[in-house]
Amino acid sequence: MLSVRRLDAGYGESVVLRGVSLDVEPGQVVCLMGRNGVGKTTLIRAVMGLLRPKGGSVAFKGEDVTRRSPGQRARRGIGYVPQGREIFPQLTVRENLRIGLEACADRKSRAAKDVPAAAVEKFPALQAMYGRRGGDLSGGQQQQLAFARALAAGPELLLLDEPTEGIQPSIVEDIRDVIRSIRAEGKTAILLVEQSLEFVRSVGDRFYIMEKGAVVWTGGKEELDDPAVTRYLTV
Amino acid sequence: MALWLTQLFNGLSVSSILLLIALGLAITFGLMRVINMAHGEFIMIGAYSAYLVQKIFQSSLPQGWFDAYYPLALLLAFALAFAIGLLLETALIRFLYGRPLDSLLATWGVGLVLQQLARTIFGAPNVGVTSPSWLDGGLRIMTGVVFPYKRLFILALVALVLLAMYLYIYRSDAGRRMRAVMQNRDMAACLGISTRRVDAVTFAIGSGIAGVAGCALTLIGPIGPTIGTNYIVDAFMVVVLGGVGKLIGTAAGALGIGMLNTLFEWGSTASLGKVLVFLCIVAFLQWKPMGLFAVRSRSLDG
Repeated sequence: MLSVRRLDAGYGESVVLRGVSLDVEPGQVVCLMGRNGVGKTTLIRAVMGLLRPKGGSVAFKGEDVTRRSPGQRARRGIGYVPQGREIFPQLTVRENLRIGLEACADRKSRAAKDVPAAAVEKFPALQAMYGRRGGDLSGGQQQQLAFARALAAGPELLLLDEPTEGIQPSIVEDIRDVIRSIRAEGKTAILLVEQSLEFVRSVGDRFYIMEKGAVVWTGGKEELDDPAVTRYLTV
Repeated sequence: MALWLTQLFNGLSVSSILLLIALGLAITFGLMRVINMAHGEFIMIGAYSAYLVQKIFQSSLPQGWFDAYYPLALLLAFALAFAIGLLLETALIRFLYGRPLDSLLATWGVGLVLQQLARTIFGAPNVGVTSPSWLDGGLRIMTGVVFPYKRLFILALVALVLLAMYLYIYRSDAGRRMRAVMQNRDMAACLGISTRRVDAVTFAIGSGIAGVAGCALTLIGPIGPTIGTNYIVDAFMVVVLGGVGKLIGTAAGALGIGMLNTLFEWGSTASLGKVLVFLCIVAFLQWKPMGLFAVRSRSLDG
């Protein structure tokens, strides 16, 4: 459903991505790995539309969205949990979640007073914090909020950029469970950027490893024991 | 007693006028961070709309209807300033977000153009706007203490505008989108908000409120092409003192400056009073650079 073809992208003069191709099938959890600075976040940002590619294409559900704005991609069903959470600090938790509804295709769900239970029930801790400002939450709580916010509009593809970075172990377990339950439901595909091999092994269907702005290894779960994988990921 | 009451009322009245001229700027500068030097000219647009509506009523409508011109003038002032604000945002400001120095110079230029435009259309001398007769006279509280209806009207108008802004920004769906965009434009876009539309409408609303302020200023004096320049410094002072980005701060800033101004003028002269007020503001901002109501938040990546 997501198909990235020979994508070149970068910031200003510098080129970060060189001819990256990647596919995500419906309901799949696709993991993107690699050391720091190899272009994982850049790729996610280009898929979301925050970065204009210099070449190549991004297609979603069979439609070429390379020239579409982030908002238009969101309305077509792409949810995004960025690195660093990007919670609206002065908005309450409830307001943050309601902003998540803006990506709904129809007017009625956008104006809904409350977020659908399906998005929030995965994070029971959030319900007790509805009235608090997003900026007052801890890092782990913000991560859960960003996750629930991205789920609010029921996306068909979810982009998760290092959801476990700097998060306490118990919440990492929660996030693992949530990703697994989304995969079990099969309605939402996930493109996950993650550093921990142990974590991706437990949730992923397909794996890509990047180095120097290009995909250097790809495979399924059985192939993860390939010594090349460890070589690409160790510092 | 009578003197104190009068001074208190004067202070409140000055505060209300300051607040009215600063509220539009609280949006364009406070929320959007555009150093909008043309804010004064939007005030001027509002003032001339009142003049225009009055002219039309005088020349082509029955004499008895004249008193009804003012509510209409308020509406036109808002609508006209809103429309010109929308035009300015679409044609110019949107290319200058995140470039404070450029937007300062550009909006200043726009201000000069608008001033000259007013001079060409209405002439350089000030023009007077006759207030509707239902605002003549005043409310007599006790011997020697009279609260003019015009001042009371402005107080009520400010309260109304403030309430409307509060409801729009903090209670409506559009306001929630607006706050989201102002806090994190990229993320708001990624969640499906049309940031272009939100920016344009937000700037236009700020401009429209400046227009309302201009319409109200016709009640307290004659108006001219440079009316905006007289108020722009005060407007910025109020927003900065209050704390950029907080509506309650803008209200508190206006109240503080208005009250102090009246107090100092009473004890000295008008110009010395103003100097003292500015000194106080400078000293206060040295102590608290973020203003009265700073936006506080836990570090985002906590």
